[in-house]
Amino acid sequence: MSEHIVSKTIYFLIFGALMVLTVLTYWVALYDFGALNVVIALAVAVTKALLVVLFFMHVRYSTRLTKIVVISGFFWLALLIVLTLSDYFTRPGTSGVGGVPASRSTR
Amino acid sequence: MIDAASMGGDLPVVPPKDNYINRAYSIKSWLLTKDHKRIAILYLITITFFFFLGGAFAVMIRLELLTPASDLVQPETYNKFFTMHGVVMIFLFLIPSVPATLGNFLVPLMIGAKDLAFPKINLLSWYILVIGGIFILYAVVAGGVDTGWTFYTPYSSTYSNTYVMAAAIGVFITGFSSILTGLNFIVTIHTMRAPGMTWYRLPLFIWSHYATSLIMVLGTPVVAVTILLVGLERVFRVGIFDPAIGGDPILFQHLFWFYSHPAVYIMLLPGMGVISELITAFSRKNMFGYKFVAYASLGIAIYGFLVWGHHMFTSGQSIYGSLVFSFLTYFVAIPSAIKVFNWTATLYRGSISYDTPMLYALGFIGFFLIGGTTGLFLAAIGLDIHVHDTYFVVAHFHYIMVGGTVMAYLGGLHYWWPKLTGRMYPEGWARLSALIIFVGFNLTFFPQFVVGYMGMPRRYAAYPDDPVWQMLNVLSTAGASILGAGYLLPMVYLPWSMRYGKYAPSNPWGATGLEWQTTSPPPTENFEETPVVTWEPYEYRPREEKVVVNKILPTD
Repeated sequence: MSEHIVSKTIYFLIFGALMVLTVLTYWVALYDFGALNVVIALAVAVTKALLVVLFFMHVRYSTRLTKIVVISGFFWLALLIVLTLSDYFTRPGTSGVGGVPASRSTR
Repeated sequence: MIDAASMGGDLPVVPPKDNYINRAYSIKSWLLTKDHKRIAILYLITITFFFFLGGAFAVMIRLELLTPASDLVQPETYNKFFTMHGVVMIFLFLIPSVPATLGNFLVPLMIGAKDLAFPKINLLSWYILVIGGIFILYAVVAGGVDTGWTFYTPYSSTYSNTYVMAAAIGVFITGFSSILTGLNFIVTIHTMRAPGMTWYRLPLFIWSHYATSLIMVLGTPVVAVTILLVGLERVFRVGIFDPAIGGDPILFQHLFWFYSHPAVYIMLLPGMGVISELITAFSRKNMFGYKFVAYASLGIAIYGFLVWGHHMFTSGQSIYGSLVFSFLTYFVAIPSAIKVFNWTATLYRGSISYDTPMLYALGFIGFFLIGGTTGLFLAAIGLDIHVHDTYFVVAHFHYIMVGGTVMAYLGGLHYWWPKLTGRMYPEGWARLSALIIFVGFNLTFFPQFVVGYMGMPRRYAAYPDDPVWQMLNVLSTAGASILGAGYLLPMVYLPWSMRYGKYAPSNPWGATGLEWQTTSPPPTENFEETPVVTWEPYEYRPREEKVVVNKILPTD
C-alpha cells in the first residue's frame, strides 16, 4: 500500500470548505424551498460526506480496489433503501415521503 | 501432478514427524494459537457442541408433535424450544459451519499461503463467537427466549417476557465473528495467492468462500444495527418498530431480512464450494463450465440481496412491493440451477466412485434440487399466501439448510478428515451413517411438505386431531430419531479414528489442489517451500493425454 502524503494546505482547505458547508446547512434551513427542502439539505450533506471520504479518508489517493470497496458499500446501502421504499411508497395508508405507518385497519 | 508416492497405494504411510498438531501440546498453545488450522479445530469443537444443543431442542419439538395435543410441555415452553433451536442452529452452527472450520483450515492451504492475512483477527473471531455463544447459552439456561429466531417486533421489543436481550446481544456479538472471518478471507484471497495461482486457477471452494465473505461483510452489519434498535426500543422505549409509540413493525422485517435472506447464502454457498470439490474428485473430471460455476457463486451473493421481501408477502408489505420481490426472486434460481446442471454434467461419463464424501455430495444435489424448486413455489405470491407459515416452509428450508449445508459440511469433513487429523476415518461405518442420514432426513422432512400443504401451521405445540396429520407427524418424528442416530455415528467414529484410524497419506483421494500437496496433517507453515502453480484447476485427465501434440492414431 503506497502512502500518499497529503499537504497540510489541502487539509486546511477541506476543513474550511466543511465549515462553509456547515454554515450553509444552517442558512438553507432558514428558508422554505417547498418540495426542494429535503433535496437541498441532502445535497449539502452529501457534498460534505464526499469531501471527508475523498480527502480525509484518503480514498481519492487509494487503489482502484479500495474505491470499489467504498462504492459497493454505498451501493449496498442504496439497495436497502430503494427496495424498502418500493414497499413504503406503494403501501395503503402511507402517502409517499413522510407518510404515516400503515394504519391499524389494514390488519 | 499426481505421482504414485503421494497417492499412497501399497506403500507404508509414515506420518510426518513435525506437524501442526504435535508442534506443541499445552492448552495455552491451542487457546492462544495464531495457526489457522488450530483455530479451525477450535471452531470445529465449538460448533459441534452447539449442533448438539440445537439438536436437543429439535428432539423436544418432534417429541411434542408426536401427538396432536400439547401434552409433553406447555405451549409457552414449546415456543421457547423452537426459538432456541433456530437461534442456536443458525447463529452458532450453520453460519460458522463450513467457512469457520473447513474454510479456515483450507483457504490458505488451497491458495498456497502460510496462513490467513490476519491470524490474530482470526483467533479473535473465534473468541467473539464463544462470547456471543455464552450470552445465548445464558438466555437458554436462565429461562429461554420465545420470539422465534427472527425476533419479530413488536413482540420481541415490547411484549415478550423472556430473555430477549441476552439472546439478542449474543446474536449481535456473533455477527462480528463472521464479519471478521469474511474480511480475513477477502484480504487473504486477494493478496496471498501463491505464484501462478491466478483467479481462474482457484478451486471453486475458494470462489464460493470469496462470495460468502462478501455477504458477511456487506450484510452482517445491518442485522447488528437492527438488533441494537430492538434493544433501544425494548430498554429505552424509543419508537422505531412498535406502532404504539410511533414505529413501524414492517421496517424491522425489511432490515432483518436484508441480512437474513443473504445469510441463507452464507450458510449454503460454502457448502456448494465443498460439493464442487467432491464431485470433481470422485468423478475424476474437471468441472464442467468452471467459470460459470465461479460466477454463479458471485451472482448468488449479489443477487441474494435483492430478494428479501419474499419473506414478507403476508406481513402488510404493499402488493406492489411484493410483486417486485416475487419477480426478483425467480431470478436467483438461475445461478443455483447453473450449479446443479454443471455438477450433473461433470458426473456425465466420469469415473465415479462412491466413497463417503461422494455419497454426501450426491445427497446434497438431490436435496438441494427439492429444496430449491419448492423455494420457487414460495416465491409465487398466490401460492405463498396459501402455504406461508406452514410446515411446507419448514420442510423447504430444512431441505436447504440440513439437506444442503449439513450434508456438504459432513461430506467435506470426511473428505478433508485425513488432512485435518492425519488419519483415515472407517469407510464402512461412514458409508453406513451417510445412508442412515439420507433415509432419516427424507423421512423427517418429506412428510412435512405434505402436512404443510394440507395446512398445518408452524410454531404451534398442538394440531387438530386428524389421523392423517398425526400419521405424517409420527413419520416425521420417527425419521428424526433415525437422523439423530445417523448424526451420532460420526461423533463416535471420527474421534475414534483420531487414535485408531489408519495413517493417511498426503493425498489419499488422488485429488488435485494444493492442500493435497503437503503432508497430512500439514506442518504449521503449511508448505516447506511456497508452491508455484503451473496447472489449471481440476486437472484429473491422465497426464499423457494432455501433453501429446499431433497425436498419431493407429491405422487399422
